[in-house]
Amino acid sequence: MSDATRTTLKSKLPFKIKIEPRLDDPPGWYSPLLSLAAVIFALLIGALVIWIGGGDPWKAYSHIARYSFGSIGVLSDTFVKAIPLMLVGLACTIAFRMKLWNIGAEGQFFLGAYGASMIVLLPVLPEDAPQWLFILVMAISGMFFGALWAFIPALLKARFNVNEIISTLMLNYIAVEWNNYFIYAVWSEGGFQMSKMFQRNAWLPRLSDYAKEIPAFRGLTTHFGLVFALIAAVILWWVLTKSQWGYEIRLIGDNPRAAEYAGISIKKNIVFVMLVSGALAGLAGMSEITGVVHRLQGAISPGYGFTGIIIAWLAKLNPLAVILVSVLFGALILAGREVQPAGIPTLIQGVIMVSLIASDYFLRNRVSFVRRLEE
Amino acid sequence: MNPLIILASGVATGTVLLYATVGEIFSERSGVLNLGVEGMMLVGAMTAYKTTANLQNPWLGLLFAMLAAGLISQVHAYFAVTLQADQVVSGLSLNFLATGISLVLGEGLTSLRDVVPELPSFSIPLLADIPWIGDVFFTNQSIMVYIGFIFIPLAWYYINRTRPGMHLRAIGEYPAAADTQGIRVYLLRYFYIFIGGCFAGLAGATISLSISPGWFGALTTAGQGWIAVGLVIFARWDPVRAAFGGYIFGALRRFVLDVQGPATILGFANPFFANPNLGFFMKMLPYAFTVVALVIGSREANRKRIGTPAALGLPYIRGQRGL
Amino acid sequence: MAEPVKNEQVTNVVEMQGIIKEFPGVLANDRVDFDLRQGEVHALLGENGAGKSTLMNVLAGLYRAESGLINVHGKPANFNSPRDAIEAGIGMVHQHFMLVPSQSVTENVLLGLDEPRFRMNLTKYNQKIDEIAKHYGLHVDPTAKIWQLTVGEQQRVEILKMLYRGADVLIMDEPTAVLAPTEIDELFKTLKAMTAEGKSIVFISHKLHEVMAISDRVTVLQKGKITSAGIETKDITRADLARLMVGREVVFRVEKKPIQPGDTVLEVENLHAENDKGVPALRGVSLNVREGEIVGVAGVAGNGQSELAETLVGLRTILKGNVTVGGNDVTNKPVKLGIRSGISLIPADRTLVGTAPNLSVTDNVIMKNYDQAPIGKGLTVNSTAAGSYASDLKDSYEIMVPTIETSVRLLSGGNLQKVILAREISSDPNLMIAVQPTRGLDVGAIEGVQKLLLAQQENGAAILLISEELEELLSLSDRIYVIYEGEIMGEVSDGNVNTIGQMMTGLRFEEIEQTQGGENV
Repeated sequence: MSDATRTTLKSKLPFKIKIEPRLDDPPGWYSPLLSLAAVIFALLIGALVIWIGGGDPWKAYSHIARYSFGSIGVLSDTFVKAIPLMLVGLACTIAFRMKLWNIGAEGQFFLGAYGASMIVLLPVLPEDAPQWLFILVMAISGMFFGALWAFIPALLKARFNVNEIISTLMLNYIAVEWNNYFIYAVWSEGGFQMSKMFQRNAWLPRLSDYAKEIPAFRGLTTHFGLVFALIAAVILWWVLTKSQWGYEIRLIGDNPRAAEYAGISIKKNIVFVMLVSGALAGLAGMSEITGVVHRLQGAISPGYGFTGIIIAWLAKLNPLAVILVSVLFGALILAGREVQPAGIPTLIQGVIMVSLIASDYFLRNRVSFVRRLEE
Repeated sequence: MNPLIILASGVATGTVLLYATVGEIFSERSGVLNLGVEGMMLVGAMTAYKTTANLQNPWLGLLFAMLAAGLISQVHAYFAVTLQADQVVSGLSLNFLATGISLVLGEGLTSLRDVVPELPSFSIPLLADIPWIGDVFFTNQSIMVYIGFIFIPLAWYYINRTRPGMHLRAIGEYPAAADTQGIRVYLLRYFYIFIGGCFAGLAGATISLSISPGWFGALTTAGQGWIAVGLVIFARWDPVRAAFGGYIFGALRRFVLDVQGPATILGFANPFFANPNLGFFMKMLPYAFTVVALVIGSREANRKRIGTPAALGLPYIRGQRGL
Repeated sequence: MAEPVKNEQVTNVVEMQGIIKEFPGVLANDRVDFDLRQGEVHALLGENGAGKSTLMNVLAGLYRAESGLINVHGKPANFNSPRDAIEAGIGMVHQHFMLVPSQSVTENVLLGLDEPRFRMNLTKYNQKIDEIAKHYGLHVDPTAKIWQLTVGEQQRVEILKMLYRGADVLIMDEPTAVLAPTEIDELFKTLKAMTAEGKSIVFISHKLHEVMAISDRVTVLQKGKITSAGIETKDITRADLARLMVGREVVFRVEKKPIQPGDTVLEVENLHAENDKGVPALRGVSLNVREGEIVGVAGVAGNGQSELAETLVGLRTILKGNVTVGGNDVTNKPVKLGIRSGISLIPADRTLVGTAPNLSVTDNVIMKNYDQAPIGKGLTVNSTAAGSYASDLKDSYEIMVPTIETSVRLLSGGNLQKVILAREISSDPNLMIAVQPTRGLDVGAIEGVQKLLLAQQENGAAILLISEELEELLSLSDRIYVIYEGEIMGEVSDGNVNTIGQMMTGLRFEEIEQTQGGENV
C-alpha cells in the first residue's frame, strides 16, 4: 500500500481545518457576534488604509468617536444623521426580506423630499396653516411620491419581469434630474440652485424648540423624524414577524415557487412591498427636508439610499436592529466628513459589507480543527 | 447640432459602454452576475489617470487600469465562487468597496488636468473619406474606438466559435456537466470575472484618458457601469448586440448635450435653447432609455426563453449530495 | 468482509478497496470494496441513499474519498478530477444527464477535450461522431441541440460522449429510470454489444428485475456498507437480493382494501397547456377521478406530467379545456381557491417547490392555512396555535426533527416528505394530486408514504397519482392512464404491464387492441 495512492489530502500540520455545512441552526447569539466581528475587522482594515495613506488611525478613530458620541450636542447631531438612515434602512429591510433588490431608495428619498417641498412651495397649504397640518400633509405627500417612484420598477418587474436592480438604480439618476429641474427652474430663489427657506410652521419640531421649558435641550438638533423612524421600525417589526403579510413576504423571500404553490400572489406582493419600501424612503426624504435642510436643494443626501442597503444587511433585516446600526452609521457619516481623504467613510462601508458577507459564510458553515487520524 | 457629429461622438462614448458591457457578458456567460461594474470602472479610471500622471505614459496607464480593476473583481469572485454568497449582495459590496478605494486613492487627482497625456486620436486614411460612414466611424476618433471595432467581432468569435468559448458557455449553462468533463468550473469563473473586471477597467481608462479626460470622482463614470449591466440584458448576452446598444446609448448621451446648442431645429424654435432648464429632462433620457431597453430585453427573454445563461446567479457546489 | 472470488482467467479492470466517503452527518461509504472484471456487466444494487452513486462518483473522480485504494488496470489510481478518471478510461453516465441543453450533440461530445485546440471545426467532428454512433447503433443527429432531443436520445449522447473519449469502463447510474420499456430493451442491447467488445459496465440500480435481467454479477450496498460482494447473478434469487438490499424480508405489495368508488371528484376535459418554453405540453388531456379511488398516470418523464399537475391546481394557465373539482369549475382559478375547495398537491420536487428551506418546520406546515382560523387570527399569524399545530403534526407523522423551529433544509429527504404529506393530508383534501411521492426515498419511507396514500383513499379522497415508477402505480392504483407527449394514450384497469409499456412509447390503446386482438398477457 503505497502512500501515493492514498486519497487523503496530505499536509504537514498535525491537524486539519475542516469546513462543513452546519447541520443545525446556530445559537441566537452567534449571528450578532459575527456581525460585530465583521465590523471590528472592517475598522481594522480601515485603520490599515489610513495608516498606509500616511494618517494616524488611532487619531482618526478617536476623532470620529469624539465628534459623534463625545457630548450630548454631537450625540444629538449623530441622531440627526441617523434618522434618514433608519428610515431608508427600514425601506431596504422590507424589500430585501422578499429578495426584492430595491437599490432605488436614494431616488425615492429625493422624490419624498420633492413631495414634501411641494406642499410648501407650490403651495398646497396656505402659508399660515398650523404646524401639525403641515407635518401631516408633508409626510403623506413625501410617502406618496416615494411610493410612486418605487411603483414604476415594481410594475415593470411584476408585469415584464424587468430586473429591479437596474431599473431602481436608473430611477435614482432620473430623480436627481427631476429635483434639479425644480430647484433650477421653478422654485429657484434669486437664481440660486435652491428653493426659498420654508416658513417655521413647516419645520419638524426639534428638541431645541423646547429649550425654554427644558434648558438641557438648548442647541440640540434632534428632530421629530426620530419619532417617525421609531414608530416605523416597530410597525415593520410587527408586520414582518407577527402578521400574515409578513409570513407571505418571508415565504416568497425564501422560496417564491413554494409561495406560489401555497396560493400567494408574488406579483401583488412585489407591488405592495415596493410601495411600502418607497414610502419609507420617501418619508426619510421628507423628514430630512423638513427637519434639517428646511428647503429643497441639490445636495440633500450623502448617499443615504446606498448606506441604507448596508444598514439593512448589517441589521440582518431586523427592523429593530436597523435603529441601532443606523446610529453607528450616523456617527460614521457625521464624523467621517472631517476624516481625510474624503473617500474613507465610503471605503469603510464597503469593507464592512464585504466582511459581513464573509461572516455569513461562517453562519452557514462550521469550521473545526480536527486532529489527523493515525493511519 | 450636426447629426453626424452626434453619431460620431456617440460612437466615441458608446465605446466606453461597449467595453464594460462585453466584459460583463463574459462574466455573466460564465454564470456569475457582477454588479460591481460601476465601481470597477471607477478603479480603472482612477488607476489609469494616476499611473499616467506619474509615468507620463497613457499606455501603461491603460495596462495598470485593467490589472487594478481585474484584481479588485477577484473579491467578488472569491465571495461568489468560493464562499457561494448571494451574487447580488456580493456585487453590491464590491461596488461600495471599489468606489471607496478609487475615491480615497483618487484624492487630489482632479487638479492634474494639464499634466496628464491622453491616448491618441486620429482619422483612418481612405476609410474616413467614405461619405457619412467615414465621418461617423473613422474621423478623428480615439484609438480606443478603433480597438473597439476590432474587439467586437473577436469577442463574438471567441464565445461562439472556439473551444474555450464553448467551455465558457457550458459553465454558465450547466456547470455540473462541464465539471464532469474535467472543465475547471471554479477556476474559469474566477478567470472570466477577472476578464470582466479588466474590461470594466479598460472602459474606465477609456473615459479618463481619452473620451472625456480627467478625474472627477464618482462623476467620472456617472452611472455608465450600471447602464452597462442593463445593456447586457438588452444585448441578450451577445457582444454584437452589445456594441449596437452601446453606440445608440452613446449617441443619446451626446444628443442630450448638443440639443441645447442651436436656436432653431429644422426651422422651428428650439425649446431647449429657449429654456435651458428643460435640459434636465433631456439628461434623464439615457437612464430612462436603459429602463426601456431592459423592458425590451426582458420581454424578448420571456417570450423566447433564450439568452439568459441558465446558471446565472447560482453558485456551483460540487461534492454536495445529489450533485 | 467478503472477499470477491478471484478467478485466474478473468482480469479485474477496476479494484476499489476500503473506500470511505463522508458527507456532513452521513457516512456514505463505509470501507467499501468493489471490483469490476473485463467484459462484464456488474450491477451495483441498493436503496436510494445506500451509497451506490457516491461510490461510483469516487471512481469517476468527482468525489475524493476520505481513504481507500483504487486500482485501474492493475495500476494504482489517484483521481483528482473527472478528467483523470476519463484519461484512465472510466466514464460515467449520470442519473441527471450532464449535457448542456443549448449546445449541439457534437459540442457536448467535444466538451472538455483537448482537441480541437481552439477553432471549432464542427463539420469535421459531426462526421466523426456520426461514425461512432452508427457503429454502436446509437442513433442521434450530431447537429441537433440537446434540448430538442428526447430523454432516450440524450442518454445515447451521454454514452456516445464516453465512447468518444475511449472509455472502456462505463458507469451507468440508474439508466432505466427515464426510459420507456422498449427503450430499456434497446439500451440493454447496446450494453451487451459493448461488453462483447471487451468493455466493462457498472450498472447502478435499485430495481431488482433489471439487475436480474442484465447483470453478470451483482454487489449489494446497504446504508453505505457492502452486504454482498460480486456474487454471480445466476446463483442468487430476487428475494435474496431484496433481503440483502433492505436488511429484512420485503413485502412486494402493500395491503390494498377493495373500495367502491363514489361520485366523480375530478373531471378534466380536453386540457391544453404549454410548458415553460412555450411549447405545447398538454394536448387535449381528458380524465376523471372518483371518490375513494386512486388513479395512476404513467409515462416516461417529460411527457406533460408536471404540467398536468400544475394546471389542475391553478399554477399554470389552461389554454383550452376545463377542470371541475367536486362539481365546481376551477379552470384558471387562483391557486388559493383550489386550496380552499380541497385540492392538495404533493409536488415532484420537495426542495424546489414543496418547502421553503430556510424557514422552520412550523412555517412550512402552515403554508396553506396560515390565513385560516385558528392559525390566522385577524391580520396576524397566531404563533401559539401554529406551534401546537406543528407539534401535533410532528408527533402524528413521526417527523424526526429536534424542534419545530428547526429549518427544514436540515431535514433528510424522508422527513422532508413527511412535512409535506403532513401539511397536505391534514387539510382533509377531497382531491389529492401526488407527483412522484416516493422518489428518492428508502424502502421504509416508501412504505410509509404509500400507506398514507391508501389511508386517504379509505377516507374517501380522490387521488391522482402521477409517477414514473410503474411498480408503484400498479400496486396502488385502481386504474392507470398513460400519458405520452401531452396526450392520454389510453386507460388500463387490469394492470396489464405490456399494454401500459406500449402506450408509454406512443401507441394508442385502440392500436394495441387491434394488433393483439385484446389478448390478455
